[in-house]
Amino acid sequence: MKDTLQVELGRRYHFAASHRLHSGKLSEEENCRIFGKCSNPYGHGHNYTVEVRFSGDVNPATGMIANLADLDAFVNEQVIEPFDHRSLQEEVPEFRESVPTTENLCIEIFRRLKSFPIAKLASVRVEETSNNSFAYAGE
Amino acid sequence: MVYLTRKLEFSASHLYHNPALSAEENRRVFGKCNNPHGHGHNYTLEVTIAGELNPVTGMVLDLKELKEILDREITQRMDHRFLNYEVAELKGQIPTCENVARVIWNLLEPKIPQGHLHRVRLYESADLFADCYRHGARETAS
Repeated sequence: MKDTLQVELGRRYHFAASHRLHSGKLSEEENCRIFGKCSNPYGHGHNYTVEVRFSGDVNPATGMIANLADLDAFVNEQVIEPFDHRSLQEEVPEFRESVPTTENLCIEIFRRLKSFPIAKLASVRVEETSNNSFAYAGE
Repeated sequence: MVYLTRKLEFSASHLYHNPALSAEENRRVFGKCNNPHGHGHNYTLEVTIAGELNPVTGMVLDLKELKEILDREITQRMDHRFLNYEVAELKGQIPTCENVARVIWNLLEPKIPQGHLHRVRLYESADLFADCYRHGARETAS
């Protein structure tokens, strides 16, 4: 049973942040044309939801792939604390050079969470609003 | 291949306790989930069946039939029950989301008459769930 079934643990987290889609490599007109109101100079914000899935063996002593206390502490430290109530392009060093689209945000969250030592990160899905979501499962 | 998903809700209680561990270890590992009288959740179960369409009916599997299978195998067994004491398939296991999802998979898989079971997703709350697949059947990003 253990050999043929794959179980994953899924957890959703929430944070609120602002961003501005603007590239220093483009002219003001091009930024305006490509990003529209997302390029307004003072930025705007979203309530983001991050859905993570981890795979691994279910520990028979605990019935768990990973203890939620360990997972929550790791995600809080790596993602929620540095992103929540922040301006992504001003306060997260990785977005100084790259545009903080939710595509890039998804990849950055994957990069930060893949070192979780207890289970293997399978995928990250980020909802920017209830109508837009982006998913990444590594290369 | 078409994927059909049916959702159902059930409410049940459980507690986490491993008799091989001391009382202190149980408390440390499971926290308040170890409280002796248990606690409950509204579970949401999503069952996904994959298969080819029957050209006559335009269906993978008749939803009415799937609903009856889910009612018989899952709702009648787990709804308004204490998972540790009243669900025989969970005897000797900690009824975590991971283990309950696996038990549900094993109950349903042999009962699906057309198509095949692709995924069982069990939500214990809106922010916590477990998925169960056959190895290799999971979509990479979704």
